[in-house]
Amino acid sequence: MRQVLGVSLALWLLLGLGYPLVTTAIAGVLFPRQAAGSPVVVHGVVVAAQNVGQSFGGTGYFWGRPSATVSLRTGRPEPYNALNSGPSNLGPSNPVLLARIRARIRRLVAATPGLTARRIPADLVEGSGSGLDPDISPAAARIQIPRVARATGLSRAFLGRLVAEFTRGPEFGLIGRPTVNVTQLNLRLAEVLGQVPHGGGRGRHRR
Amino acid sequence: MSAQTLVTWVVVVAGFALTVKPLGTYMARVFTGEPTVLDRPLGPVEDRIFRVLGVRGEASMSAVEYGTAFVLTNLAWLLISYALLRAQGILPFNPQHFPGINPLLAFNTAASFTTNTNWQAYSGENTMSYFSQFANLGFLQFVTPASGAAVGIAFVRAIAGRKLGNFFVDLVRVCTRLLLPLAFLLALVLVAQGVPETLSRYLDVHTITGHTQVVPRGPIASWESIEHLGENGGGFTNANSASPLENPTPLTNILLTLAMGLVPVAFFYMFGELTGRRRVAWTLIGVGSAFFLLMLAMIYFPEHAGNPLIRGLGLATHGNMVGKEVRFGVGGTSIFETATMAFTTGSVASAHDSFLPVPQLAFFLGMFLNLVFGGKGVGLLNMLMLVILTVFLMGLMVGRTPEFLGKKIESREVSLTAIAFLLHPLLILAGTALAAATPAGRAGVFNPGPHGLSEILYGFTSGAANNGSAMGGLSASLPFYEVAIGIATLVGRYASIMAMLLVGESLLRKKSVPVTSGTMRTDGLMFGGILFASILVLNALTFFPVAALGPIAEHYLLLGFRHV
Repeated sequence: MRQVLGVSLALWLLLGLGYPLVTTAIAGVLFPRQAAGSPVVVHGVVVAAQNVGQSFGGTGYFWGRPSATVSLRTGRPEPYNALNSGPSNLGPSNPVLLARIRARIRRLVAATPGLTARRIPADLVEGSGSGLDPDISPAAARIQIPRVARATGLSRAFLGRLVAEFTRGPEFGLIGRPTVNVTQLNLRLAEVLGQVPHGGGRGRHRR
Repeated sequence: MSAQTLVTWVVVVAGFALTVKPLGTYMARVFTGEPTVLDRPLGPVEDRIFRVLGVRGEASMSAVEYGTAFVLTNLAWLLISYALLRAQGILPFNPQHFPGINPLLAFNTAASFTTNTNWQAYSGENTMSYFSQFANLGFLQFVTPASGAAVGIAFVRAIAGRKLGNFFVDLVRVCTRLLLPLAFLLALVLVAQGVPETLSRYLDVHTITGHTQVVPRGPIASWESIEHLGENGGGFTNANSASPLENPTPLTNILLTLAMGLVPVAFFYMFGELTGRRRVAWTLIGVGSAFFLLMLAMIYFPEHAGNPLIRGLGLATHGNMVGKEVRFGVGGTSIFETATMAFTTGSVASAHDSFLPVPQLAFFLGMFLNLVFGGKGVGLLNMLMLVILTVFLMGLMVGRTPEFLGKKIESREVSLTAIAFLLHPLLILAGTALAAATPAGRAGVFNPGPHGLSEILYGFTSGAANNGSAMGGLSASLPFYEVAIGIATLVGRYASIMAMLLVGESLLRKKSVPVTSGTMRTDGLMFGGILFASILVLNALTFFPVAALGPIAEHYLLLGFRHV
């Protein structure tokens, strides 16, 4: 019994405390931005975590992927709630899945001039695994350009260049899919339109 | 199939192929006490631990002593972990001020992490303090796979005709010589790629549209690396490795996939080194690889073709993206999920509940078999269990006494092996039947139809196989499932391991019989083929009926819809 507890204590000091604390200290020195969660700061305000998606409902922004996250307090839908990550868990034979995808297609087609279902990539109407996916496919961004152009008054050509500028990958040209980070794209859009939030006072607190 | 998918797969498979021999050789040297490169920095630390405890490395234990040390140590961790979870509210490193964990959830969580299952009936980001994450559950993510590996090593020593060794020495060496150095390096790479590693409180974000978003952070990278290197699979957050906080890029996806498999695959090679039967080891690696590739194909191709129901809507692309992340695509997701089910990690980079029925079958295949390399040590034990059953069946067919590695396989070994083999389906099928037959069990089902049964089946299979992933729709936090799956994980872990340790010792006591022209070979393509087939047949006989009611029924349901 002495050996059981002794080995456990020795390993706990080494692996339970030493490993995470030393790793945290070294990571904070070598990669301070990433270690802190890659915050994006504008005018002294944290407006985004670079890798985490945000909810964009208005017609003047590019829309990200559907998010099935819910509020912790009420259990009601709260898209891109980073405190409660997760997918919809709808099975492939569940009629609710089909109904939701149909509704999203209708909403996209209604809001976008000249869009048909045939041009919508699946990722724009099917929810992500984390509910926080910051990315959409480049095609999913391009088909939204007419809607964003109409709502903001910016030209389609300009928005096309913006989408191209924020298209990343595949990494090293070899792995993963080409993606458009919707958070970063919309942040740029907000800057162009002069809508970037200044200071924390404007934020509507939900927690 | 896109070029990116192909490159991703080639990198992963080549990663395993190139490391199996050097890493397996290194492990063989570590566990036979031969000198290795890490002796100089780590030797003194280990020696001090052993001296203080009065552990003498050269004194070997018997199978019962070894098994008892294993179970007692695990029991101690279970109790300590439970107590620390209950006391979370008064412990340090809790910037979000989370309260203590309730008794049932604390039992389920402690049982699941101690058995290396890492089934989670909670969402980490809104339940667990940093202390609970790194100093309690994170600690278990090191030592529980290490204790399983220790048993695997002892078994291999036994059938190699060596002494079993000392449990505590093996436990410490797996941690210091294998897991710690790899985990440290991987954690730093993960941070470079964008995984947070901090003790600061969560990030308050004032979003672009003027709302507030609270983004969790914490020591995620150090957690994520040992989560995968130990085939643990418990996520820091609820979305696990689908979350961009845990698995932010296609490169991290590949690295985590590799991290899951490096050691389990090399374990098979170490078996060959220690027993001097490298051809047998390569044969077993071949059988494992065949199942791995079969699972990959079963997952990728149906997901790439898409859901027949949604195809009818005529979208621009058809690949099933429900529950998947854009940065991985179907190809990157498929290799990750194959690895997590083969190596019984149980972390997920997508929503397993939203996969099509044939990929679900592949998930089940990985957990039913539990030997497609499996967790380190334990997967090898399961594979050798099937080897023993296979030589027994072959012996029956041709009327010879079965042998393995020059030892006769007789009634005691076959009985113990059969107990270990049958325990797994017993836990899974009895648990599923109980849940399906009672209102308490049915209350946890989320999706309608046969898919709902698959959710229950998946929960018990994941527990018994010590995998830990879930079809997330199942309400795992219902008291019924917290208790029932908690029990399945405990029995599934310890009973079969003890039986196999006794088999090992029984073989160790036997005299070797000389190889003659009449000896049945246990290597080469012929034996590999027979082993592959008997693994499939034995498991199909056990699991086909329940699979027919779950994923197979759903498959035909989906095909039927198309013609409506």
